[in-house]
Amino acid sequence: MKHLLEVKQIEKYYGNKSNLTKAIDNISFDVDEGEFVGIMGASGSGKTTLLNCISTIDRVTAGHIMINDEDITKLKGNHLNKFRREELGFIFQDFNLLDTLTAYENIALALTIQKVKPDEIDQRVKEIASKLEIVDILNKYPYQVSGGQKQRIASARAIITNPKLVLADEPTGALDSKSARQLLESFETLNQKMGATILMVTHDAFTASYAERILFIKDGMIFNELFKGSDTRKQFFEKIIEVVTLLGGELSDVI
Amino acid sequence: MLFKLSVKNIRKSIKDYTIYFLTLILGVCIFYMFNSLDSQEAMLEMNSSTKMIVELLVDLLAMVSVFVAVVLGFLIVYANNFLIKRRKREFGLYMTLGMGKGQISRILLFETVFIGLFSLVIGMLAGVFGSQLMSILVAKLFSADMSKYEFVFSKAAALKTCLYFGVMYFAVMLFNVVAISKYKLIDLLTAIRKNEKVKMKNPMLCVVVFLTAVSMLGYAYYKVTGGIDTLKTFDKIAFPILLGVISTFLIFWSLSGFILKLAQSRKSMYLKGTNLFVLRQIHNKINTTVVSMTVICLLLFMTISVLSSALSLNNVMTKDLEEMTPVDLNLYKTANLPKNGDYTKVQIEDSRLKISDTLKNAGFDMNVLKDIVEVETYATSELTWKDTLGNAYDEVKALFPLIPYDTCEEIVKVSDYNQVAKVYGIKQYELKDNEYIMLCDFQSRKDLRDKALALHTQITIGGKEYSSKYTECQSGYLLMSGSHINPGIILVPDSCELTEDMKEKHLLIANYNADTEEEKEKIEGMFTNYSEDSKDFMDQILEQGISLDGMTKIAIYESSKGIATVVTFIAIYLGVVFLIASSAILALKELTENSDNRQRYTVLRKIGADESMINQSLFKQIAIFFIVPLILAVIHSIFGIQFALKIISVQVHPKEMFPSVIATAAFLIVIYGGYFLATYTGSKNIIKEE
Repeated sequence: MKHLLEVKQIEKYYGNKSNLTKAIDNISFDVDEGEFVGIMGASGSGKTTLLNCISTIDRVTAGHIMINDEDITKLKGNHLNKFRREELGFIFQDFNLLDTLTAYENIALALTIQKVKPDEIDQRVKEIASKLEIVDILNKYPYQVSGGQKQRIASARAIITNPKLVLADEPTGALDSKSARQLLESFETLNQKMGATILMVTHDAFTASYAERILFIKDGMIFNELFKGSDTRKQFFEKIIEVVTLLGGELSDVI
Repeated sequence: MLFKLSVKNIRKSIKDYTIYFLTLILGVCIFYMFNSLDSQEAMLEMNSSTKMIVELLVDLLAMVSVFVAVVLGFLIVYANNFLIKRRKREFGLYMTLGMGKGQISRILLFETVFIGLFSLVIGMLAGVFGSQLMSILVAKLFSADMSKYEFVFSKAAALKTCLYFGVMYFAVMLFNVVAISKYKLIDLLTAIRKNEKVKMKNPMLCVVVFLTAVSMLGYAYYKVTGGIDTLKTFDKIAFPILLGVISTFLIFWSLSGFILKLAQSRKSMYLKGTNLFVLRQIHNKINTTVVSMTVICLLLFMTISVLSSALSLNNVMTKDLEEMTPVDLNLYKTANLPKNGDYTKVQIEDSRLKISDTLKNAGFDMNVLKDIVEVETYATSELTWKDTLGNAYDEVKALFPLIPYDTCEEIVKVSDYNQVAKVYGIKQYELKDNEYIMLCDFQSRKDLRDKALALHTQITIGGKEYSSKYTECQSGYLLMSGSHINPGIILVPDSCELTEDMKEKHLLIANYNADTEEEKEKIEGMFTNYSEDSKDFMDQILEQGISLDGMTKIAIYESSKGIATVVTFIAIYLGVVFLIASSAILALKELTENSDNRQRYTVLRKIGADESMINQSLFKQIAIFFIVPLILAVIHSIFGIQFALKIISVQVHPKEMFPSVIATAAFLIVIYGGYFLATYTGSKNIIKEE
């Protein structure tokens, strides 16, 4: 199968010569089209930096990131914006919905920015809303809906532009467990029924257990890799816990 | 330590403070410029008649300055309050670090002193240079001699500026101390999170309110223009004004909802680029700014009305002046002084003489005058205002109870009038034996008299009835003046029985027998100044107690021009201050709103909007916020100016308004536009990615 995302020996340093921090220290991996990959690690492990580099928000110090055979580390200025707009979808821990806009408008905004035709926008928003079961809250403002619903609105916004890759940064971080479960089920829908490729960063083992493959990161390096394969989620979850225990440190506190 | 913190704070928040600073500097500068008028070089070089005007101007400016100081004071306290609110988190941090409220107050005190001194010094410097420019302008307006030009610094104005602004800054300090003492730590720390909740209005309600407000406004407009005749007392005038204020408020309250509703129904427009974001932003912001939008709109309205009506008043006055002063000299004295013991024999005898005889008797050389015409006016208690109003009297009296209706009308024989009219170069009239003509060009009196003439009111003189030749007043006048203020002269046929004892006034109309301006000035001096040339005849006239009055073209020009200039100065002063106040409020409001909105722009950026898109949406928002109150203010002004001109009985043709409208627009573009650009640039910096 074709690799959608290829991360080749990237490094990211902060600071200067006398005080150098290696946030990412030679990481390489691939993600195939239609995969649901989780990245786990404790805070400070470099997982968010990795996501920022892939999402073009941050730049790598060395190495290359290829998305669909395009080297995104070489993109600049408006090309970068265009790439981000058309090829990537983002889901953030704190939703990042615009509080002045209704759910419908929040989702539609992603399309209007891409200059999609108004007639098409309406149809596409309604379509995605029914898949994520948020049709009845489309006319509500973010402050009128629950956290889980907010995150599903954000997911709808991320996926509606048909991005090559959806990047989720701690999507369940601000949700209670019930909402988290609902959201992750939505992710499964996106992944399995709509064929979205998802790369999700989390430090929560339960959240991670919804992915098909998990990369564990520690001190800026890939520490381990787990495949779900034919396991049930419960089995997969237990395997994750084992690795987490092995990793030690803070990560074990959050289970 | 606290002092250091203050300085650092100012430096850090310079972005927020720039506009505040600029406004303070501008305020100080303008205040100094207008208050230093009296000591400016141009003023010192003036002759006595213009000097009086300048003194009047200075007195008026001093009074207006108090009002201006109040406006600026409110502006400064408001702006300061605004900036303090934005720093709640910072104060919260200080308090968690163990700083007391007293110490925080002291930090703010240092800051205020620092900003105050800085703005005073810079503003004063700008004012000193600005006033030199104004000096040149004044010199041009009053045609003063500027050959001995010197750089002037007015100590009095500087002290006054320091005093007034000192009081304002002191008020700011007091306000800060009170504000700080009321803060609670928990509120300070959660200040940012608090205003996240967004209130949204029901769009349908907005539509209803909007339509109601528009019709209310329409009614108010009608009241002050079409229905103006019903507005005679203050409370009746206050009603449409109040209506205007309320409907302005309601329009802003509902406008965004109304537009949003309209835009949403047109999907192709709404779902294009960042339009929906822009509209929602505005809808959200306008909710929290209805009151300030209303205030800004009304301030703009005042600016536009004051500037353009005063400036066009100036134009009209200058134009009238040329029309109304066709000859160099008018002299007049009372005829038929009664023998009731109040007057001496000489006075009474002289009052039966023509003016030329009086002058000759006093030894005046009549050769300095040419084109001399002498006429008499008549008056009789048979013919008062009440009589000429006839059947319209009751109606008119009900409307204007204060006019003295038993005043005798001024009567002139038509042939006498035609002699004068010929010299003046104005229209001459013909009358049949039983006709009369009413001459009147003072608009408010003309309106009354026309009512009577329309009813074909007849008048009686010496037992004979006369009917009006025309059904409305005709234009014309006997005495020169600065504008159209002839309240009424009745022309009667020469056959009319006007007896010797009805004579009311002797009139002499003449030109100076001179070719150059200099010679004219010299002759003028014989009448207006007590000089070598005029000493002898003036002494004699004074000795005999003869009261000879008059006016000259030159004198009318000087005083009218002076009044026009006074009006212009006051208008510019007030207009500019209102303009600065409204622009500054708007600019500060927008800037702080936009720094609150940084988060939203970050989100936009994250979902892929590029910088040009973001800047565009920012520009649209700020532009709309600046333009909407301006549009409403302009509409208000169209009606407001008409109303103002009507009230002061000046008729201005739209064409004559044009130059003053252009001048007003220039002021608006420079000041309002400047604030707009500053706001846009500032906001762009604020929302920039770090």
